[in-house]
Amino acid sequence: MDVGQLQRRFVEYTSSLFHEGVLDAQFTQLQQLQDESNPEFVFEVVSLFFDDSERILNDLTRALDQKIVDFKNVDSHVHQLKGSSSSIGAQRVKNACIAFRNYCEEQNTEACLRCLQQVKQEYSLAKNKLDSLFRLEQQIVAAGGAVPMVGC
Amino acid sequence: MGLKMKRNRYVAVRLNEQLGIKRKYTFINRAWLPKILFLWIIFMAFVGRVIYNRMDAENKERRNEVLVSMCDQRARMLQDQFSVSVNHVHALAVLVSTFHYYKNPSAIDQETFAEYTARTAFERPLLSGVAYAERVVNSKREEFERQHGWTIRTMEKEPSPLRDEYAPVIFSQETVSYIESLDMMSGEEDRENILRARATGKAVLTNPFKLLGSHHLGVVLTFPVYKSKLPPNPSEEERIAVTAGYLGGAFDVESLVEKLLGQLAGNQAIVVNVYDITNSSDPLIMYGRQYQDGDFSLSHESALDFGDPFRKHQMICRYLQKAPTSWTAITTASLFFVIGLLVGYMIYGAAIHIVKVEDDFHQMQQLKVRAEAADVAKSQFLATVSHEIRTPMNGVLGMLALLLDTDLSSTQRDFAQTAQDCGKALINLINEVLDRAKIEAGKLELEAVPFNLRSILDEVLSLFSEKSRSKGLELAVYVSDKVPDIVMGDPGRFRQVITNLVGNSVKFTERGHIFVQVHLAEHAKAVLDSKSETCSNVGSEVLVPSGGSQYKTLSGCEVADDRNGWDTFKHLITNEEFKYNTSTKSTATDETSQDVTLMVFVEDTGIGIPLRAQERVFMPFMQADSSTSRNYGGTGIGLSISKCLVELMGGRISFVSRPQVGSTFSFTAAFRTCDKNAVVDPEKSVSDELPVAYKGLKATVVDEKPVRAAVTKYHLQRLGIMVEVVGSIKAAFIVSGQNGSTNSKCKWLPDMILVEKDSWLTGEDDGLDIRKFDWKQNGQMFDLPKMFLLATNLSSTNLEKAKAAGFSDTVIMKPLRASMVAACLQQFFGMGKTSQQENMRKGSAFLRSLLCGKKMLVVDDNMVNRRVAAGALKKFGADVKCAASGKAALSLLELPHDFDACFMDIQMPEMDGFEATRRIRVMESKENEQQGEGECVIEGTTKKMQWHLPILAMTADVIHATYDECLRCGMDGYVSKPFDEENLYQAVAKFFESEPVN
Repeated sequence: MDVGQLQRRFVEYTSSLFHEGVLDAQFTQLQQLQDESNPEFVFEVVSLFFDDSERILNDLTRALDQKIVDFKNVDSHVHQLKGSSSSIGAQRVKNACIAFRNYCEEQNTEACLRCLQQVKQEYSLAKNKLDSLFRLEQQIVAAGGAVPMVGC
Repeated sequence: MGLKMKRNRYVAVRLNEQLGIKRKYTFINRAWLPKILFLWIIFMAFVGRVIYNRMDAENKERRNEVLVSMCDQRARMLQDQFSVSVNHVHALAVLVSTFHYYKNPSAIDQETFAEYTARTAFERPLLSGVAYAERVVNSKREEFERQHGWTIRTMEKEPSPLRDEYAPVIFSQETVSYIESLDMMSGEEDRENILRARATGKAVLTNPFKLLGSHHLGVVLTFPVYKSKLPPNPSEEERIAVTAGYLGGAFDVESLVEKLLGQLAGNQAIVVNVYDITNSSDPLIMYGRQYQDGDFSLSHESALDFGDPFRKHQMICRYLQKAPTSWTAITTASLFFVIGLLVGYMIYGAAIHIVKVEDDFHQMQQLKVRAEAADVAKSQFLATVSHEIRTPMNGVLGMLALLLDTDLSSTQRDFAQTAQDCGKALINLINEVLDRAKIEAGKLELEAVPFNLRSILDEVLSLFSEKSRSKGLELAVYVSDKVPDIVMGDPGRFRQVITNLVGNSVKFTERGHIFVQVHLAEHAKAVLDSKSETCSNVGSEVLVPSGGSQYKTLSGCEVADDRNGWDTFKHLITNEEFKYNTSTKSTATDETSQDVTLMVFVEDTGIGIPLRAQERVFMPFMQADSSTSRNYGGTGIGLSISKCLVELMGGRISFVSRPQVGSTFSFTAAFRTCDKNAVVDPEKSVSDELPVAYKGLKATVVDEKPVRAAVTKYHLQRLGIMVEVVGSIKAAFIVSGQNGSTNSKCKWLPDMILVEKDSWLTGEDDGLDIRKFDWKQNGQMFDLPKMFLLATNLSSTNLEKAKAAGFSDTVIMKPLRASMVAACLQQFFGMGKTSQQENMRKGSAFLRSLLCGKKMLVVDDNMVNRRVAAGALKKFGADVKCAASGKAALSLLELPHDFDACFMDIQMPEMDGFEATRRIRVMESKENEQQGEGECVIEGTTKKMQWHLPILAMTADVIHATYDECLRCGMDGYVSKPFDEENLYQAVAKFFESEPVN
């Protein structure tokens, strides 16, 4: 595959991510922050996000497994997740978190469990998509091309 | 979101609490009301009864008194008459003793006695008759009988049996002549009477009995007659011894009393009974029937003394009729009762009313609480909705900003720019919707910040440019040169008013123009006043235009306010230029901070306002008529808000409108001038720098309409372009051509010629080929003037034509804005970049210069957020440190430190941003105090004496309240999360502008 094709695929893929709402403008902002002095910035931040999110999701799963659910604790976890997802622009994860927090407010355990599943789903979706995006990026870099900038 | 939910619940709880407050009644217990009323009625009935009793008792008393007096009167009279009769009988007795016994022979015989008594009978009305019986001892009976020639007979008219003593009647009145010769001693009663009488020497009475010869009850009165004079204090025996005979008379008591009563008034009313009560256990009736009708409840007894000490008599009086029911008492009592009842009912009614009012009041209170809650809910709803709208709008705006960064053609750029401006205006509008509640609550406070009036107007214009273009309207703005570039005031509110007025105009105008003018108020007023004086002359000319329907206005359409025609406008402009030139220096010197009142006109040629609706135009939710909202939409609140805002700005709003002609709204607003040099605020709205690359260029504007030409001139002049206005293309060429060829010293060599579409399309210039002219110019070795076509809208055929005529790509679409004109010129002249891009670059560069080398602290518990924020700051060259919690931040910020600024997340576990900031500020103020005491300069530090680390909040929540909270706890500003370049730039610029840029 030549660089041009890869770049085109990258652009299409990225716009599809924006289009599907997996990512939002913040991701673009993130990309803008990446420059020569900090070439791995996006990857770094997103990896951080993955680590952090997995930890939070584990915590959440555990917290919701308790007989008496500490909703305050759950809420603060979800808040964390919401903050980090909105920081990297993972829009759908963020939206799922917002719904989650509403149910936390209502102390609705069942709905919270449903939401957790939802968040997990969205998270793995975002993770997969971003992973493949990075793979694509690496391929482009490996092929000696420049990663194109794509806005939504 | 969670916060909002909590707040909603809080409101609901408070509502319940307020509703749950126990009702407090002032003084009336409603359950007791009917009981109290019932008791009151009973009480009143009781009092009525008492009153009746008292009055009745009084009546009875009076009745009794009357009875007593009547009875006593009767008794006295009876007694008097009786004693008169007794006295007379006494006199008769004396007569008999004198003339029968003391004279010898007797001077009295039966005839004399009968005659005398008959003739003196009037003296004894009570006596039916009198008779004299002589005492005859048995021994003398024969002699007596012989002397008189008859035998003594008993009462039964039989010859008397033998007795010790007899008392035969010898003299008798004719009325009782039948008793002559009857022995009075033979009757039991009479005998006793006789014995008693001669023993006492006084008149004595018998028991009442049926009189002989009549059926009336009567008593017999007996008087002793003595033969000789009695010794003083005679004994009983002495009396008996000298007794000669007895004088007796029968009292017909019944007829007596009858007669007596007949003489008295009121005898009908009472019943009189007379009794002999000598034997008190068995009273003998003398008068009156024993059992008869009458009122037995009330009677009076009066004692009677008939002169016989042995016998006792009594008179009993009674009312014949029962006491009449006392109507007065009944009326009074019942009246009292009724009044009492009414009073009670009135009080009851009042109490019921009070209770009802109280109930209503409570209900109102509940409703009020509910309404307030609804109001709060409304505000929250607005906040939520605006927040929700803002989020996607931020996306739109961000994308547009990105789009503008890409390489675009000028048209595309303009479109994108317009879209961004509109988006920003929308965001502002959302804020304004939020503020509407504040206006209604009177809580709105105006800002006082410097702003560029002209760029605000340009923004408003761009907001409506698309709409006006599609409607084919001329939309233009003109700001007088006298109006300072930058004024102090509230740009948002000013924009809101203008937007509202222009929006209305655009909405209601289908043809013609909308023209916004800004002048100095005193100046405009002076001109308008002087103009209105001559208005009567001018007006007639304007109203009857000679050349078709052309008025000297922007579009040639008639306008509502005649004074706004070209004549006035010309005056405004010329005066201005004159004054401006002379007064610029003087104003520049004392331009520190003085008030300036602006007068803004928004003139349209729309449907106007119906006369009957004109007075309620400024009332909220009022539109001209109900069909208005159907046809044009809108709530009708805009003008009322505008009015409030204008009044807040210290001005007044008014309008002149003629239906089917148009409306002209004008308002004044007070601002303060502001020294241009002092303003080093890099905020965009203030320093909306127009490109200066066109300074010194010359332009010719070809327009037959002076007003429109003036507008074009105004925009070009803002770009520093010198402008000449001519009426037609030909004239333009003539001017330039002549100048160019003959006089090179003062030649007018336009760098560009701007042709109004109308002027170009009119028949005169249509045939003229511009390129021909170009050639001609070319031959004369001059730079070609660039040709531009100004148009509101162009049909495709006209566009073709324009291209053919040499206007390819040089059509400037109206409404004109200085920045847009600049963009077009730039595209044609190829000078520099667009202003916007420049600005962005400048912004980034500025940010970099601001942040480069600064030491920043980012405090956020979220690792990812922290990383992103740090990344963003690093991009601009800042040296970034991170802290994961408020506590960590505090330890890093132990004084002295070398951080230049701190970005603080608000929501953090353990210690939130507010708390952390508070502690930092406490720390700083302690340190500052110590420093102040010590008065020493810390060595080797260039920092200011006073510690004050700029702390900026990072929050996803951009509600105003959060911002207020930020400021309250000592933060200096806030940056909305996620980071945004422009946002960051604005927030940071405030703190570093005064510091030297490294």
